[in-house]
Amino acid sequence: MARITAGVATSHVPAIGRAIDTDQTQADYWKPMFDGFEFSRKWEESEKPDVVFLVYNDHATAFSLDFIPTFAIGVAEDYAVADEGFGPRPVPAVEGHADLAWHIASSVIQQDFDLTVVNKMDVDHGLTVPLSLMFGQPEKWPCKVIPFAVNVVQYPVPSGRRCYNLGKAIRKAIDSFSEDLNVQIWGTGGMSHQLQGPRAGLINQPWDKAFLSDMVDNVARLVSIPPEDYIREAGSEGIELVMWLIMRGALDDQVTELHRHYHVPASNTAIGHLILKNGNNS
Amino acid sequence: MSEPRPYDDVPGTTVFDERMARKGYHLNQFCMSLMKPENRERFKADNRAYLDEWKMSEDQKQAVIDRDYNKMLSLGGNIYFLAKIFSSDGLSFQYAASTMTGVSEEAYLKMMLAGGRSPDGNRYKSEWEKN
Ligand SMILES: [Fe+2]
Repeated sequence: MARITAGVATSHVPAIGRAIDTDQTQADYWKPMFDGFEFSRKWEESEKPDVVFLVYNDHATAFSLDFIPTFAIGVAEDYAVADEGFGPRPVPAVEGHADLAWHIASSVIQQDFDLTVVNKMDVDHGLTVPLSLMFGQPEKWPCKVIPFAVNVVQYPVPSGRRCYNLGKAIRKAIDSFSEDLNVQIWGTGGMSHQLQGPRAGLINQPWDKAFLSDMVDNVARLVSIPPEDYIREAGSEGIELVMWLIMRGALDDQVTELHRHYHVPASNTAIGHLILKNGNNS
Repeated sequence: MSEPRPYDDVPGTTVFDERMARKGYHLNQFCMSLMKPENRERFKADNRAYLDEWKMSEDQKQAVIDRDYNKMLSLGGNIYFLAKIFSSDGLSFQYAASTMTGVSEEAYLKMMLAGGRSPDGNRYKSEWEKN
């Protein structure tokens, strides 16, 4: 049977992609941020996941305002890397897992979550930057990826509680897939950042650090944070953190924290990163 | 008239809800068109001529020509769409953020390196009005 072995949380900032693609990771500005992912890349080399279920948001790339899916699951065999306005990132194309993706889509829709099924979409930095952070710069990504896009651009966005419950439905779906697969679920975006208006540059370190801790063992607090609190406390783009709760919902109530990293700043953003092993037996 | 929202009292922030989305549809769709290299070239060659192909208000067109991002936000622009404009100009998110906060890119970078803008004093509009 397929099983979720671990959850990964990480921010996804376009400037991180640029730093990797232009060989700046050892520059003074970037080194401390990238150092926090060294453990993660080694860990992935030994974990060798078959599939990553990657929760991210599209940043006005594949989805314009013509139609706005709240939750969209990619069921394609492959995904091209998007041109976000300065040419596509020089990273490998992304290979999908159509069998598992369709299985999850059917199961989750029948558990009363309305997913938009996507056969063709280009993936932006929200998806490719986490892959680069966790896998480095390989010729080919070492695993298949199921892109799962969440609307956090057009309000109203889904609540943290809905995201968490959706994670539980995804867990049920993956657990019932008959092929023997090592699946990881990643929640990306955040932490505190605001990219717009006179309040741009907002960073709330105590709030972020409490969020990281509660991801491990007090998710009950996190699921009841309303959207306006994310905006006020973590900046208008801090709302991306609801995507971490999909990941958390797909894990056991008890998890083992393997790694934590927090760094300010990467461009306008506070970088947060967690690796949670599913279950509490290390 | 629309009901007030629980985030309306956050200062210096425009939440992209339906009130903004309805104003900004054509502005944002214009931004989206800049994802294609041939459109970027045409836009760069003549901003005005390219903008005139879109059903945008004169205010929106002028704000784009002026690269006045706060103005674009107030006219329904969403930051992820507006990003296509400064990306086409070869400029970063950090540069764009500095122009919206009214400080130099250097001063903005310094603030970020020092840990960013504190939430203290920046949670409610009433806190900004006091100063
Ligand atoms: Fe994002």
